[in-house]
Amino acid sequence: MLGRGIIRGLIETGRNFCGSYYDPERLTTVQYPEQKIAPQENARTIPFLVYDGHDPLAGLRCTACTICEQECPPHCIHIVKDTAKKPDYLGKMQFHPKTFDIDIAVCMGCGICAEVCPFDSIKMDRVFELAGGHRALILHKELLAKSEEYYRQIHPIEAAVVDEARAEEQRKAEAKKAAAATPAPAAAPKPLAA
Amino acid sequence: MITLAPDLETPTRGGFAENDLLEVAMGPHHPSTHGVFRMNVVLDGETVVKLTPVFGYLHRNHEKIAEKNSYLAAIPYTDRLDYICSMTNNWAYVLTVEKMTGLAVPERAEYIRVIVAEMTRLYNHACLAGFLLQDMGALGTPMMYAFREREKILDLFESLTGSRMMCNYLRFGGCRCDLPDGWLEQAIQLTANYAPFLEHFEAFLNENEILRARCEGVGVLPRELAINAGVTGPGLRASGVNYDLRKVDHYGIYNRFKFRVPLGQRGDVLDRYMMRILEMHESLAILGQALRDIPAGPVMDAKAKLRNLRPKAGEVYGRIESPKGELGFYLISDGGPAPYRFRVRPPSLVNLTVLEDMCLGHTLADAVIILGSVDIVLGEVDR
Repeated sequence: MLGRGIIRGLIETGRNFCGSYYDPERLTTVQYPEQKIAPQENARTIPFLVYDGHDPLAGLRCTACTICEQECPPHCIHIVKDTAKKPDYLGKMQFHPKTFDIDIAVCMGCGICAEVCPFDSIKMDRVFELAGGHRALILHKELLAKSEEYYRQIHPIEAAVVDEARAEEQRKAEAKKAAAATPAPAAAPKPLAA
Repeated sequence: MITLAPDLETPTRGGFAENDLLEVAMGPHHPSTHGVFRMNVVLDGETVVKLTPVFGYLHRNHEKIAEKNSYLAAIPYTDRLDYICSMTNNWAYVLTVEKMTGLAVPERAEYIRVIVAEMTRLYNHACLAGFLLQDMGALGTPMMYAFREREKILDLFESLTGSRMMCNYLRFGGCRCDLPDGWLEQAIQLTANYAPFLEHFEAFLNENEILRARCEGVGVLPRELAINAGVTGPGLRASGVNYDLRKVDHYGIYNRFKFRVPLGQRGDVLDRYMMRILEMHESLAILGQALRDIPAGPVMDAKAKLRNLRPKAGEVYGRIESPKGELGFYLISDGGPAPYRFRVRPPSLVNLTVLEDMCLGHTLADAVIILGSVDIVLGEVDR
């Protein structure tokens, strides 16, 4: 019968139309500024720099190794190394970034910088409401620095793994320091290289 | 924009003369062209007598950028080729580099790749059916039903990769991270819910008289022409050619799954539409098997390294069956940290070359749905 297919289709449309009055599962639209979807652990938008302690600039984990600068696909990271070295959390002397700029207009949020960073210093943020009165399209390190508490809060599972690894390294470094402090036994297997 | 064809005389009075042709530039900004694409159509009355596709408006220099960056840095750019199916683009590129370097992929990672690729195929085909109906004048409703389901898959992709569309997930020798807790259960739930959706979608549209009247016998692509022009994907299979790279190449672990390859008979728009619906059923079958059999284990090869990849000098062509057809990457390495030559074989571009042959003799309104049934994404055509 001509028109049978159309009527069947209209029944489907009617089912969908009326169903949404009774079944909340069918209401798929999220009324955005009023309602928000719970953020995901893995969600990523733009990068930020993690700092330890209370001083954002002194506590930056970044050692200005420039690996992220080299690997960044659209080359939006610009780093200038400071000439002075500062001790890091293991007590090793490390360089620090004099400037660390991310051109946020170029960044495409791929997350490769966070993936290649060997110091767990650059991580992906999940902020998305970035519009504001300022005109900061190049984010300097002052704006990029965010505390490790914030990192733990937005990526709890990943941060737990990172914290565990860092604590392990710290324990090892302290054990090494303690071993070096005590006088070496007479029959040491290998003399320390100068 | 309507102009007179340059070789014709301007009609003196009373509008156009009986046999005058009209040249219409459809696009680049036109809702039916699925992006920035222009069709220069010459019309005799309402009938298409000549059609020239014009593209290049979305050229972003993908290939040259990839030749300047490291191998790793090209992966996020492949997301943006066919921006609807980033996972399959990742896979094609990663597969090519793995072929070049001889990296192995762990079992679990192979299964994850199949799962995400088939999910990509599911929502790509659903969206295409929605867009095609939109082109026919069914404004909104079918597309919104398709997008409702797509959103569920994209939510899963976001919890896995951090981004809905620009996934950047696969790596040389595996996947970037393992599945989060509860992801597999959600995926199983999603496939279970997808089957009833597909059933309703088919009841909604397949027998619709208007859809059949618009599609049947329109835009026929003959079998010989499809083969000679290098058309691949659902467009080729709709013309009755049994060629699916998942069956031909068995890349990844596709030889382990039981699925059928749907084939069309006439090669018209209706066949190409039905091909998408039937392929979604087969994708669901593959997903069911993959989600059932996925083993535990690592997702990255132990020998794989992320940075400083320097494959030996040589050339390699890798290809997969993306939802749109054969997506290939052709890489030449000179032993350096970046590919010497990086070439993409996009299915959309090659499938577009037969557009004129399909449109000739049909009306302008039919040319719109013929273009819709080819399934192009301009990010991939222009690169």
